[in-house]
Amino acid sequence: MDFLRPATWEEALAAKAEHPTAVPLSGGTDVMVEINFDHRRPEYLLDLNRIELLREWEVGEENVRLGAAVPYTQIMENLRAELPGLALASHTVASPQIRNRGGVGGNLGTASPAGDAHPALLAAGAEVEVESVRGNRFIPIDEFYTGVKRNALQPDELIKTVHIKKADGPQQYSKVGTRNAMVIAVCAFGLALHPETRTVRTGIGSAAPTPIRAKEAEAFLNAALEEGGFWDNGKIITPSIAKQFADLCSGAANPIDDVRGTAKYRRHAVGIMARRQLGWTWEHYRGSGRTLEGAA
Amino acid sequence: MAQNTRTVPVGTPTDVTQNHVKGGIGESTLRPDGTLKVTGEFAYSSDMWHEDMLWGQILRSTVAHAEILSIDTSEALTMDGVYAVLTHEDLPAAKNYGMEFQDTPVLAYGKVRHHGEPVALVAADHPETARRAAAKIKIEYRELPVITDEASATAPDAILVHENRDDHHSGHVPHMNIVHRQPIIRGNAAEAAKRADVIVSGEYTFGMQDQAFLGPESGLAVPAEDGGVDLYVATQWLHSDLKQIAPCLGLPEEKVRMTMAGVGGAFGGREDISMQILASILALRTGKPVKMVYNRYESFFGHVHRHPAKLWYEHGATKDGKLTHMKCKIVLDGGAYASSTASVVGNASSLSVGPYVIEDVEIEAIGLYTNNPPCGAMRGFGAVQACFAYEAQMDKLAAKLGMDPVELRQLNAMEQGTIMPTGQVVDSPAPVAELLRRVKARPMPPERQWETAGEGADVRALPGGLSNTTHGESVVRGVGYAVGIKNVGFSEGFDDYSTAKIRMEVINGEAVATVHTAMAEVGQGGVTIHAQIARTELGVQQVTIHPADTQVGSAGSTSAGRQTYMTGGAIKNSCEIVREKVLEIGRRKFGSYHPAWANAELLLEGGKVVTDGGEALASIADVLGDQSVEVEEEWRHRPTQAFDLVTGQGDGHVQYAFAAHRAVVEVDTELGLVKVIELACAQDVGKAVNPLSVVGQIQGGTTQGLGVAVMEEIIVDPKTAKVRNPSFTDYLIPTILDTPTIPVDYLELADPNAPYGVRGIGEAPTLSSTPAVLAAIRAATGLELNKTPVRPEALTGTL
Repeated sequence: MDFLRPATWEEALAAKAEHPTAVPLSGGTDVMVEINFDHRRPEYLLDLNRIELLREWEVGEENVRLGAAVPYTQIMENLRAELPGLALASHTVASPQIRNRGGVGGNLGTASPAGDAHPALLAAGAEVEVESVRGNRFIPIDEFYTGVKRNALQPDELIKTVHIKKADGPQQYSKVGTRNAMVIAVCAFGLALHPETRTVRTGIGSAAPTPIRAKEAEAFLNAALEEGGFWDNGKIITPSIAKQFADLCSGAANPIDDVRGTAKYRRHAVGIMARRQLGWTWEHYRGSGRTLEGAA
Repeated sequence: MAQNTRTVPVGTPTDVTQNHVKGGIGESTLRPDGTLKVTGEFAYSSDMWHEDMLWGQILRSTVAHAEILSIDTSEALTMDGVYAVLTHEDLPAAKNYGMEFQDTPVLAYGKVRHHGEPVALVAADHPETARRAAAKIKIEYRELPVITDEASATAPDAILVHENRDDHHSGHVPHMNIVHRQPIIRGNAAEAAKRADVIVSGEYTFGMQDQAFLGPESGLAVPAEDGGVDLYVATQWLHSDLKQIAPCLGLPEEKVRMTMAGVGGAFGGREDISMQILASILALRTGKPVKMVYNRYESFFGHVHRHPAKLWYEHGATKDGKLTHMKCKIVLDGGAYASSTASVVGNASSLSVGPYVIEDVEIEAIGLYTNNPPCGAMRGFGAVQACFAYEAQMDKLAAKLGMDPVELRQLNAMEQGTIMPTGQVVDSPAPVAELLRRVKARPMPPERQWETAGEGADVRALPGGLSNTTHGESVVRGVGYAVGIKNVGFSEGFDDYSTAKIRMEVINGEAVATVHTAMAEVGQGGVTIHAQIARTELGVQQVTIHPADTQVGSAGSTSAGRQTYMTGGAIKNSCEIVREKVLEIGRRKFGSYHPAWANAELLLEGGKVVTDGGEALASIADVLGDQSVEVEEEWRHRPTQAFDLVTGQGDGHVQYAFAAHRAVVEVDTELGLVKVIELACAQDVGKAVNPLSVVGQIQGGTTQGLGVAVMEEIIVDPKTAKVRNPSFTDYLIPTILDTPTIPVDYLELADPNAPYGVRGIGEAPTLSSTPAVLAAIRAATGLELNKTPVRPEALTGTL
């Protein structure tokens, strides 16, 4: 196994072009586990730790430009207002030590359905900026996950930045695990209200081959909120709407039975989380009007 | 009955002992290894290194039950850096080993009997090379049907897991796939059942728990010039290892010199051999030191687990709550090799009644051979599974009688003088009702602790914790109680002894003592306690604990809550002999100067010889001068008896220990997630030799019991008998956010038969913790819950 240590982003892109099988290594919280367990023995490891720009973030007008290697701890500490859903998701990632090392780029690169960041990115709305020696491109998050542990990257591309929409309303995130901390997701759910566009977006983790949105549930809720004038009157959402939204989220899940949980439980839990989060976010929206800060 | 009871939060002042040295018995002296372990500087067995050493690697079976058709090592042998590739054909001497039954192959021959069984062995100059070489070994299997439960094991035409048994239980078992069967019959349960106004029965399932110690199996074998081997290893019982290792190496025991390496936890999982024999064989074969370290994945295959169990119970009671009778059948899955299954069966059977008075019982416990992972010793050893079931029964009975569950238990509680179903009289304090009273009398933890002043919910205080699954929705509190009984020490006529070598001499003008035993310090705090005993008995401040090795006699196993009793007893005994010898020297030297030398009761205190009236006669340093006194003696507890194979009668146990718990849990009933809020324990410890260690042991045992209540289980696929979750990603143990407040209330009711009155403390809290949590979850949800661990699916009807 060769260990490549580019000093700059350009060198990294050149190395990836030359060795397309090279596995990028940043926090190492996925890659090192796979190597230690001998699940994977890459020809080349491409160490990105010398590349400072991957650990930088910038809050813009519309988006947060989040470097692929910004550790979860930084997101929790510095981007709670702009990215409340992702900050909540970051809290659930493993242990403090892992949160100091791991970042969203790793979650995206591995593209496991159990990655904690995915539902928050799907709900907030995001684009993944990837680059190769051929140039860069922006992949909408909805098109990023292509299969179980597969993503839309070309072999010569590296993930550079994740452009995440700044919260324009409350966001929530929950994860079910059978332990109260440091646990891999049995399933996860994220919800973001977008009062500016009068839409809601969702994200479901660990309950389908890839992270997904519950689009039918979103469409139903968007219509119901519009129809009832809820965005304007700020009334409590009727239980029947909440229930149907929850049922549709549950129905969007396409889970499996495995050692962590049954498909039936996952579908059930997605519905519970969806209903609760709708309650929490809507309560927050009603209470504080059109705040830009989420109900973290 | 002398009663010395108190509630001790950590950090409160402790008793002033009668002697003038600091750190004698009864004091919370700090552990010499504590700071090193917390700061990461402690040298564990996996940290050892030797110049020019090789690394050993095991290749394990990928299937659970198969004939081995061929093993091809040729490709592995040609790799650079590989020094040896061995199979069963290369074994130097005995091909099998085992603690109670010699049924375990050093390397599989003929067939493999469980997933992860060692088949071949590699030594290479780098661990990665060794792993790659192992992967190049080709094994051809012909798979056999797997035996996974009682039905498949005891079918008339079942394949025998072991074809040619000649062990001491093979003559009496009803089927050759039953390792051991222990019935206990006392009184007439069928007749007594007629007196019952209510009868409850239930079937209970206990999942396979792992010890999950943090320091994986590891050690270093160094070949010696005399053809022997020096073996440094983390284990629970050096001399038991030695007895199994030497025959497999074809060496006399004196040529296998073992030294204890740093142990990272044990809980029963190091009682059996792991890499000891294999590393030694590689070292002798290659002539080089060989180190072996399992990784976490391999560790799950590298030691025995707690026996999963199916338990059926029937209890009857009169309408005023007096128990009339009990019938039970306990089926323990021992897996592919016996390990300590037979003893676990004896424990489960003899303790199946719980801490209750029931005169008419019909008990049967069996241990199976199957193709599941081998199971053996783990904290609580057979009593844990039984307690889970009989305590569920007590709650069921209380509900049916309309009685308070604690009152029902107290009404039937065992006490000193009670006769066990085995006929053994409980002849020391058994404060069962009092322990229950104490946990029940505690104030309840405040409700809704997650509520904060205007900041929203503090999710850390809620089920789901940081995963942010509820802000209080559907959270229901439940409270549950349980109490248990555990034996202390080795039972059923086993000749259990411990050896202590004590040396006293003068160094730089100060009398000092050296304590040398083979006691395995696995984290229980024995090294602290040994020094405390020596200080108290010999009146010296400075005590050196010699490293544990096989240059001194056996200390027995660090298990069954026996080390403070047994090796502590041996040290006390040897110290008493040393003291007499010191006094004898003093009488010879100084006797003519003071009549008290001849007439008074003399003690060693504060470095001096003093009369029982407190008059100092001489310093120990002056008495000894340049002489030294050294004593090595074996010490035994009262003998026990085997249980009759038909009636189960016999004084089988050394001592009994009791603990009670009250669990307060909060359950998110919609998501099926549980937060244990408080797990209060009351336990009789006989004598708290080190109060801080007592509290630590009780909190640790309580937490391990909580783990198996709500999360810990090795999941074995019933179709293939393969382990599905051999990692800490999927085998979950409690984190600090899962661990509740654990208030500890201990009693010190001396056992007159034990040194200082001590009672083994490490195991009893592991028993009652699990059923208390289950009872609390049942109370919160109204569900029956007959299986542990409780999965969210079981609480939400989504199995």
